[in-house]
Amino acid sequence: MSKFTENVVSEITKDYIKKLLEKGTRLDGRNHDEYRKIEVQRNFIPRAEGSALVKIGKTQVLVGIKVEKGMPFPDTPNMGILATNAELVPLASPTFEPGPPGEEAIELARVVDRGIREGKVIDLEKLVIKENELVWVIFVDIHVLDYDGNLFDASSLATMIALLDTIVPAKKNNLGEDFKLPINHIAVSNTFVKIGNKIVVDPNLDEENIASARITISTTEDGRVHAIQKGLEGSFTVEEILNIIEMSKKIGKDIRENVIMKRD
Amino acid sequence: MSGMKNDIKLIDESGRRIDGRLYNEMRPIKIEAGVLERADGSAYIEWGNNKIIAAVFGPRETYPKHIQDPSRAVLRARYNMAAFSVDERKKPGPDRRSVELSLVISNALSSVVFLEQYPRTSIDVFIEVLQADAGTRIAGLTAASVALADAGIPMKDLIAGCAVGKIENRIVLDLNKEEDNYGQADMPVAIIPRTQEIVLFQMDGDMDDSEIKEGLKLAIDAAMKIYELEKQALRNKYVKLAGGDFDE
Repeated sequence: MSKFTENVVSEITKDYIKKLLEKGTRLDGRNHDEYRKIEVQRNFIPRAEGSALVKIGKTQVLVGIKVEKGMPFPDTPNMGILATNAELVPLASPTFEPGPPGEEAIELARVVDRGIREGKVIDLEKLVIKENELVWVIFVDIHVLDYDGNLFDASSLATMIALLDTIVPAKKNNLGEDFKLPINHIAVSNTFVKIGNKIVVDPNLDEENIASARITISTTEDGRVHAIQKGLEGSFTVEEILNIIEMSKKIGKDIRENVIMKRD
Repeated sequence: MSGMKNDIKLIDESGRRIDGRLYNEMRPIKIEAGVLERADGSAYIEWGNNKIIAAVFGPRETYPKHIQDPSRAVLRARYNMAAFSVDERKKPGPDRRSVELSLVISNALSSVVFLEQYPRTSIDVFIEVLQADAGTRIAGLTAASVALADAGIPMKDLIAGCAVGKIENRIVLDLNKEEDNYGQADMPVAIIPRTQEIVLFQMDGDMDDSEIKEGLKLAIDAAMKIYELEKQALRNKYVKLAGGDFDE
C-alpha cells in the first residue's frame, strides 16, 4: 500500500469534492487549472551551495544543493554529474516512516531528476575539471517538510530555483574563482490528477487521496516535453493526455515567468 | 536516455533501422504461458533479444501482515534484472530504477485485476529479466499479464503495451538497445486493450506535443497486436494440454 494513499478521506468529503468538481470548482475554490499559492524562499540554507524552500499551499519542500569534486562516469568522461535524492522525513506526515527511501521517495527523486536531466537544465559539459579524471558533482537533496499534496511540483520547483542560485565552490577547492552553476534551460513540472472523469492540476492532499490516476509533465521554455510520469492505478485516455500536455505548456509558462523569473 | 554522444547513423537513406526494421515495425515476439511448475501462473517472453520470465503466486496470505488490506488484495510486482542480463555485470538486488519500475508495473497490473474479490491476501508477481535489450519494463509487464491470466486470477482484461522512441528526429516503434542508448527520447506505453485506456505511461528525452501524439498512436496500434499474441499464448497452453491443434 502506498504511503501517499494511506491517508483516509471520509466518504462525505469524497462525495463533496466530486460534487464540487461537477460544478467546475474545488474544495478550496480553485479552478481545475489553478495552483494554490506558491511561495519561495531563496538561499534558505546558506551553508549549502544552493537552496530553496518552496511552499505550494501548505505543502513545504526544502531542496539543498551540495557541489563536490568527483570522478566522471566512464561513459560520460567529459560531463559533470547530477545526483538526485529525496527523503520523506517523518515530520512531514503521520504516514511517513523513518528508514531508507521507499518506492514513493525513489519515484519522486527520479521524476524530478528526469525533468532536470532530460531538459538539459544544467550545462554538464561546463562542469569538467579534468577530462576523464575530475568533474563537479551536483547533489540535489529533496527534503519534504510538510506533505499536503503535490510533492512532485513542489520538489521540482524548489530544485529548479535552488539550481539557479547555486555557486560552484571552486575557490575552496583551489580550482580558481567560484562561479555560478551554468544553467541552459528552465524546467517546470505540472502534476494533474483524475477524480471521476475530471482532471485538476496541483492536487491538495484530499484530492490526491481520492484520485484514481496521476500524471506529471515536465516542460522547458521552448514548450518541449522532457519527462512524463503516470502514477497510481487508474488510467487516462489519449484525449485526456493530449489535453493535459496542452494545459501543462500554458501553466508551465506562467510559473516560469511569474514564479521562477520573479523569485526574490 | 544515457546522454552518450551519437556518432552512429540509426536510420539509413531507405528508412531502415540498424536491425533492418522500418519505423513502425516491432521486433519479433514470442510468448509462452505456463512455463513453471511451482508458480500458480507463469509466462516466458522473448521480445527481440529480451528474455524475460514472469511468475505469479497467490492470492495467498500476506507477509508482512501489516501491509494487508481488509478491503482488497495487495498486488506487488517485483521487477528484477539478473546480474548477467546486461553487458557489464549488474550488482544483484534492487536498485532505484528497479524499485521505480516495480511500482509502475504494479500500478498497471492493479488496474485490471479484481483485487476486491480477495481481501486481506496478496498477489505476488515476480518478473526476472534474464537478458535485457531495451523495452524490458513493457516486455516484463506483458509476461506478467499473461502469467496472471495463467494463474486464473479474475481480470477485466490483459495489459498490452509497447515503447516508442525518437531517433534521428523521427518517432519509431520499439527501440532496441543501440537505439535506446543513442536515441533522443523513450516513451513506454501500456493500455487496457478493450478500452484503450492508458495505464502505464512514462517519457524521458525531448519531444513536442505532436510527436507525443504520433508516438501514442504507434504504441497503441502495436499494443493491439501484442494483445493478440498474449491471447494466442494462453490458448496454446490448453491446446498443448489437450494434445491437439487449436482451431478457432
